[in-house]
Amino acid sequence: MIKHAEWLVVGNSKDFPFRIGRTIRLNDNEIAVFRTSENKLYAVENSSPHPKGGPLTEAMVSGHHIYDPLCDWKIDLETGIVQEPDHGQIKTYTVREDGEKVKISL
Amino acid sequence: MINSKKKLVVIGNGMAGINTVEQILKLTDKYEITVLGSEPHPNYNRIMLSYVLEGSKTIEDIILNDLQWYKDQGITLYTGKMVQSIDGERKRIHTEDGLEIDYDLALIATGSQSFILPIPGKELPGVIGFRDIADCTAMLEAAKTYKKAAVIGGGLLGLEAAKGLVNLGMDVTVVHLMEDLMERQLDREASAMLKAELERQGIKFAMQMQTAEVYGQDRVQGLRFSDGSELEADLLVMAVGIKPNIQVAVQSGIETKRGIVVDDLMKTSMPDVYAVGECAEHRGICYGLVAPLFEQGSVIAKHLAGADTEGYAGSVVSTKLKISGVDVFSAGEFITAPEHTVIVAKDEWKRTYKKVLLRENRIVGTVLFGDVSESASLQKYVRQQTLMTDEIYGQLMGTGCSKDGAKTLSAETMADDEIVCGCNGVTKKAIVDAIHENGLTTVDEIKACTGATRSCGGCKPVVEQILQYVLGDSFKTAAKQGICGCTTLSRDEIVAAIKTKGLTTTREVMNVLGWQNDEGCSKCRPALNYYLGMINPDTHENEEDSRFVNERLHANIQKDGTFTVVPRMYGGVTTPEDLKKIADVSLKYNVKVVKVTGGQRLDLIGVRKEDLPKVWEELDMPSGYAYAKSLRTVKTCVGSQFCRFGTQDSMGMGEVLERKFERLDFPAKFKLAVNGCPRNCAESCTKDIGIVGNDGGWEIFIGGNGGIKARLADSLCKVKTDDELIEIVGSVMQLYRETGQYLERTSEWVERTGLEEIRKAVVHDVDQRKALIERIEFALQQVEDPWKKIINDADSRKNLFEVVTPSLV
Repeated sequence: MIKHAEWLVVGNSKDFPFRIGRTIRLNDNEIAVFRTSENKLYAVENSSPHPKGGPLTEAMVSGHHIYDPLCDWKIDLETGIVQEPDHGQIKTYTVREDGEKVKISL
Repeated sequence: MINSKKKLVVIGNGMAGINTVEQILKLTDKYEITVLGSEPHPNYNRIMLSYVLEGSKTIEDIILNDLQWYKDQGITLYTGKMVQSIDGERKRIHTEDGLEIDYDLALIATGSQSFILPIPGKELPGVIGFRDIADCTAMLEAAKTYKKAAVIGGGLLGLEAAKGLVNLGMDVTVVHLMEDLMERQLDREASAMLKAELERQGIKFAMQMQTAEVYGQDRVQGLRFSDGSELEADLLVMAVGIKPNIQVAVQSGIETKRGIVVDDLMKTSMPDVYAVGECAEHRGICYGLVAPLFEQGSVIAKHLAGADTEGYAGSVVSTKLKISGVDVFSAGEFITAPEHTVIVAKDEWKRTYKKVLLRENRIVGTVLFGDVSESASLQKYVRQQTLMTDEIYGQLMGTGCSKDGAKTLSAETMADDEIVCGCNGVTKKAIVDAIHENGLTTVDEIKACTGATRSCGGCKPVVEQILQYVLGDSFKTAAKQGICGCTTLSRDEIVAAIKTKGLTTTREVMNVLGWQNDEGCSKCRPALNYYLGMINPDTHENEEDSRFVNERLHANIQKDGTFTVVPRMYGGVTTPEDLKKIADVSLKYNVKVVKVTGGQRLDLIGVRKEDLPKVWEELDMPSGYAYAKSLRTVKTCVGSQFCRFGTQDSMGMGEVLERKFERLDFPAKFKLAVNGCPRNCAESCTKDIGIVGNDGGWEIFIGGNGGIKARLADSLCKVKTDDELIEIVGSVMQLYRETGQYLERTSEWVERTGLEEIRKAVVHDVDQRKALIERIEFALQQVEDPWKKIINDADSRKNLFEVVTPSLV
């Protein structure tokens, strides 16, 4: 049996402003969605890979990188990889704009 | 082709073996090197495991030499190989899985393992040592499931393990056999101070307790002591000492006692076989610390390279505890004996302790607690048994000698072969050479080139001193750094460019001034946003996306992602009606804790992000700006309205000042205090601006700070009237807004600018004061309460605060 990707509608395009993160809550999990200056949308798990954790939605966005609001770790939104000198990786999700709708594939 | 190189086989892939190899490679290329390691990892820095446990480093961070390094050096590496024995006749090494490797020279560097107490129950799951990555991983795993941990051993390793476990959220008790912690490195005084500090950090202690038994069914459940008492624990770390790994030597018929016996050239009893590090026993001593192994490795390297060496004569052992916020250092002899002359300085307020022991007027030992900035020079004195002089005394005990002078002196007089970076074994000479040969100008470059400061960072000040000493006058210009990694421009250059070029947005600044990182970073973006707003208060459009989260959401983010709300209470005064409202809202929105802040306000801690607009709407109070780089609070005493000593109305003046200057952006947070009399109940001496009422007027103090850089405020001037007071306060604020660097508190600003300069601008030069006041008044006209704005703005309410709960397509 082929399993199709499930797309979640997470809002309208205008709900995702430039360089300001939004939190999507799914049961107990949270996803942070960012729109970069180049008008690209990214979705990542909303939890810092730092041992002390914390949300990422509030991060500062620079290019396709974010700066973790609590510990200032720099994370690449494309790969989820934490930049030197820190280490770690967060989960990334596929996100697309379908007309006016923003959808995430889990 | 005939291979003329001699075969050197190193048994052990740890710090001792590989450091020796590194030192050999620096001196000669006449060896073909093979390394056999039992662990599956490449070479890593064992002493950094505490940081891995603490969470500030990962295992990758502490890898010293990755696989590529071995390749680059032409070293053959076998990981996961246990050596069984060395056949000295045939000069061949046998591994447990049947491999045979010929050697011309062999080096045993097998290190040591945790000593596990021979008590019943020691083999239960959950009982571990603290020695390698596997132990570290076991602790990290255990902390996820279990709550209670016990650590047996109040020495260096035990305390570091305990602190790591506390950080992981476990309830940790350290069990120690002796009366004092770290009794082998500290005297009683320092030990007691250490214990008190660690208790403050959440570690519990069971002193003078002997563990008789570990109990538990499928896993450790607790300890039973010799007096019959018990301690529950679902994780037990034994950190009571180390046992040199000598099996290979024993199997091969090499002489061993506690460790593998070596002479001054680190040769064992078997010809052409050497031993180094924790597995070796030299003149009856097995060292368990890192510095000796570097010194031993250096002797072996010189000897194998055919260079002159006097041989190894033992090490002066020094100790440093790697727990953040707890600085402990000791070297040489530290327990006072009758023949010692003792110099002691104990400061219970600053929680520092310094002891220097002299024998026949020579420095032979030291203990430092709380402030270890002199550890490098003291260690050198102890090693060289330096004769005490007035000059050294002045330097150590702080009489007369200027600090800067002393610093330069210590880098200058430091011996070439002195190890500066204990983690990576980098000598002063290596650093000096690297600076000369590669034209290095920053500590970061030295780090990349030599590895110094790469690990714990404790040696950074010394590395800086060496850099300064080598570069001399060119140090200052060479070290020019911009406001962040994105630019080499300084704050002043950027502010000047914004003014002359008429730049209006952060992006424009970054484009025009050639930022290396197109959209800047978390350091420069908020700074540029501030400078732009300060220069053009009326036209600058605040950039939410360049604000730190607290200033974007107008609440303090907490580590769990909830927020703290602080309503404005002018001058620290509130009303029963407001208190009632605060109580009602706190109940309705499940505030976790209501706390009185240090600035006399109420913290409502633990509000969910999506509730923030509703909380403010229902509070219907102005925002307290407890999150902002702005006027936070004006703390007041009771003053003349009620206090029998009060000479001035401090509550009234506090409210006036807070209402007037609230909401304006500053380079950093800004606090005021107003006192009705010189008793100073509102603690104005540690505020950015402190105001003290006296019989005929007010005295104004500036540059005080009770935080990171504690500083008592300087008296700026005295004024007679309230109007003068408000004028001078306003002009100091505007001067700071215009000349302060972003994130620079007034305590630093006053020192950098000079009190006299500030006094000239705001007190003596009336015209300049007027101009400053005009500019601050203009800026004040632009401010508005952020919450009023957000509550009425559906878009920002939604985009900034709402959490989306999506549906499936």
